[in-house]
Amino acid sequence: MTLVSEKPTSAPARRRLVASPGSWLIWGAVAFFLVNLAGLIAAVVVNSFGSRWFDTWLPSGWTTEWYATAWTEFGLLNVMVVTLEVALLVVGISVLVGVPASYVLARRSFPGRRLVYLLFLLPILMPPITYGIPLATVLYKYGFAGHLTGVVLANLVPSIPFVILTMTPFIEQIDPAIERAARMCGAKTWQIFLRILAPLLVPGILAASILVLVRTVGMFELTFLAAGPDSQTLVVALYYSMSAAGIRAQQSVDAMAVLYTSSMLVLLVTALRFVNPTQLVARVKEDPD
Amino acid sequence: MTRVALRHRLAERGVDRQLWLLVPGLACVLALFVYPFAYGIGLSFQPAEGGVLGAYRTFFADAYQRDTIATTLGLSLPAAILNVAASVPIAYRMRGRFRGKRLLTTILVVPITLGTVLTAEGLLNYLGPAGWFNRTLMALHVIDEPVRLTNNYWGVFFSLVITGFPFAFLLILSYLSGIDPTLERAAATLGAGRRQRFQRITLPLLAPGLATTFCLTFVLAFSVFPSAVLVGDPAGTTRVISIAAYHAAYEVYDYPLGSAIAVVMGVVELLVVAVVLGLRSLLYTGSTGGKG
Amino acid sequence: MTGFDELRLDGVRRRFGARDALAGLSLTIRRGEFIALLGPSGCGKSTALNCLAGLLPLSEGSIWQDGARLDTLPPEKRGFGMVFQSYALFPHLSVRKNIAFGLQMRRLPRDEVRRRTEEAISLVRLEEHAKKLPGQLSGGQQQRVAIARAVVLEPSLVLMDEPLSNLDAKLRLEMRTEIRRLHQTLGLTTVYVTHDQEEALSLADRLVVLRDGRVEQIGTPEDLHERPANRHVADFMGYRNLLPMKVKAVHGPVVAVEGSGLTLEGTPVGQVSPGDDVVAGIRPEDLHQGGDGVPVTVEVVEYQGRELAVEARTPSGVAVHLRAATRPAPGDQITVTAAPSRVLVFPA
Repeated sequence: MTLVSEKPTSAPARRRLVASPGSWLIWGAVAFFLVNLAGLIAAVVVNSFGSRWFDTWLPSGWTTEWYATAWTEFGLLNVMVVTLEVALLVVGISVLVGVPASYVLARRSFPGRRLVYLLFLLPILMPPITYGIPLATVLYKYGFAGHLTGVVLANLVPSIPFVILTMTPFIEQIDPAIERAARMCGAKTWQIFLRILAPLLVPGILAASILVLVRTVGMFELTFLAAGPDSQTLVVALYYSMSAAGIRAQQSVDAMAVLYTSSMLVLLVTALRFVNPTQLVARVKEDPD
Repeated sequence: MTRVALRHRLAERGVDRQLWLLVPGLACVLALFVYPFAYGIGLSFQPAEGGVLGAYRTFFADAYQRDTIATTLGLSLPAAILNVAASVPIAYRMRGRFRGKRLLTTILVVPITLGTVLTAEGLLNYLGPAGWFNRTLMALHVIDEPVRLTNNYWGVFFSLVITGFPFAFLLILSYLSGIDPTLERAAATLGAGRRQRFQRITLPLLAPGLATTFCLTFVLAFSVFPSAVLVGDPAGTTRVISIAAYHAAYEVYDYPLGSAIAVVMGVVELLVVAVVLGLRSLLYTGSTGGKG
Repeated sequence: MTGFDELRLDGVRRRFGARDALAGLSLTIRRGEFIALLGPSGCGKSTALNCLAGLLPLSEGSIWQDGARLDTLPPEKRGFGMVFQSYALFPHLSVRKNIAFGLQMRRLPRDEVRRRTEEAISLVRLEEHAKKLPGQLSGGQQQRVAIARAVVLEPSLVLMDEPLSNLDAKLRLEMRTEIRRLHQTLGLTTVYVTHDQEEALSLADRLVVLRDGRVEQIGTPEDLHERPANRHVADFMGYRNLLPMKVKAVHGPVVAVEGSGLTLEGTPVGQVSPGDDVVAGIRPEDLHQGGDGVPVTVEVVEYQGRELAVEARTPSGVAVHLRAATRPAPGDQITVTAAPSRVLVFPA
């Protein structure tokens, strides 16, 4: 064992974040990623406000007319309304259907529990296109596709499992003794649900709803496959306008993209008031320390 | 009497009326996922011509179609590996508490919400021949003429990194936070240095989480569709399998072929996931001592 | 063993934000000593231990080992062993690998690693469980693995952070004896953190009582038990009767106090003069029934093996606790007395 004798100076108080070559490299990589990301977003924003931008650092002039163009040309009001309707319906239905199911999965063991869990996991694990194509075919067959109904139904496929997978761990961490205590006080199952569990579940449901909302607004593939001309959500309309970019001015596509991003950003900021960033991708609890 | 007895026996095995709560969820998944999927599989075996396996034969016989599998894997595997591999050291360094951590993780969430379409639009603007990226490099005299980074493999690859990296990072960060920090402290009091602590304690405990993260990132990258069309070269180097499926089903209206391609896509993806999860089952997967 | 003769903590202070978790701890630990850091939760005892281990940097002060400065070294270079409250066993490694970990970190030859690991396993009697993962062990077994993992390195100092707090009462007693036995047979130097005064008194050679990050008293178990330095230490040392009173008169080494419906004579701790507000501290076992004492009314009687614990109320309604040999009935009027040497009078 080696001991170092040093003059008594005040000890290093914060050792973390002190730069070593490794950490320079890592912070450099993060910075590079973030700078490019910022550039990417800014490029779209700048273009949407630029009157003419060709082979220069910045556009030659500034205008907001692209937004007006986008608004009328793409019928954005209608698209926004559809997006909102779809998102709210999907959130409402998947919470109503998903929460009771996750309660059973969290609290009970029964034959076939693992199979049921796997069944709920699969739609999240599969690329949307793989089930989206047969699903859209079926929806067309029964006449649902091309309307709001079809879009909502298609979006329920990943949303219900998502609610179940986020709510199950949430319910698991509520002490089952609380329900038993309620039962000992004479409450029936539905009373326990309404009077004991529901208030305890509110934060979890809120988080799950916001996450489903964000995912549904951003969900491209399923909506794309199931939507008709009057039931496009913002992201699908954006795709169509972009793949037809030759016809439309690119700036007005960008204006639309900015509108999309800002609405997503509003959602995101709202979401982050209620949930931890990591929950946007998965629900693993962070250590309190 | 016997009905009571039966109910009692079922209740002993955990079957009682509470399980009805599961029914709506199950019904939805069965009606909207399992049934269409089965229907699609059935459809894929009923092509207009060529017998039961005709649609699959059409797909595998045509190199232009068949190669979409390799193209998709060639994009999604490197992207997923890069996303996970880059996330580990960054997340490891950021696992503790420090000022601005929440802000940084919040910023990293942004790309997830951008969605593929805006990312594509941004990439076209930013990385395009007249975009800021090329301009900066030329101004710094790193390059003499614009590098082509869009409408080819790289455009799609970047879009996969931009959407996939934050996803992988946040997942790994939360897995890392789930590992009890006293374990590393214990290793330190036993004489393990920084490197050894990471290699022998943290990494083995993180490995199952890495496998899961890889799977989820891979699924995300494997289903690449809009960006392959918008920033890629959808007729050539980035003709991924989802484009082939969409093309067959909605542009040629050959539903059996479209379904068959979707099935092939699902099988390939599940194969990769199965291999990774199989490797994962060899690792220690119990509690990591965290409170989560 | 790489021992030291003396380990000196010199004004060790640790701040968390604006709060002092530990406000200047000075202590000299001699080789072979068993020191207990005692105090209620949040008193800074775990902070002190973590500072000693090197897991927390100091805000001020220094730690010296035989004249060499220690607090600038990272934990892995200090050569101390530590037993964590949660045990912190590596969940992915078997019992044997957990114990061998530290030896492997020192890059000892394989034979020696194996030999010393097996020795440590048999020392804590876990031969049958050597291949199991920590998750498959009971709490007591996990505890023994944690101890073996710390002592197998023959550390110059073993740090224990409430190691018995997760065990049931019976196991706790057994492990307590086990820890003391290991300390003696292996000739260890140990710093032990606990909030349980009985545990601290029975294990330690010297105790450090902490409160709100400050040292209240340092001394042998007898010192603390018989002569607590203030009412807080007394409270912690089982002086369950802490009665607010007033000094009536001072007669040399004895003071007469009254209040709470009682009149008593006691021994002052510190300076008191007539008219002062004071607190009289009496252990339940020093407050006897009978004789020419103060009348109280019995309220609750608990059977405690050889004797009975009685809670009674004085005429002014203050609760007192005492021990009795015969069982009084609730509602009985009894008298209580205490020897003046057993009544400690602390300035309030």
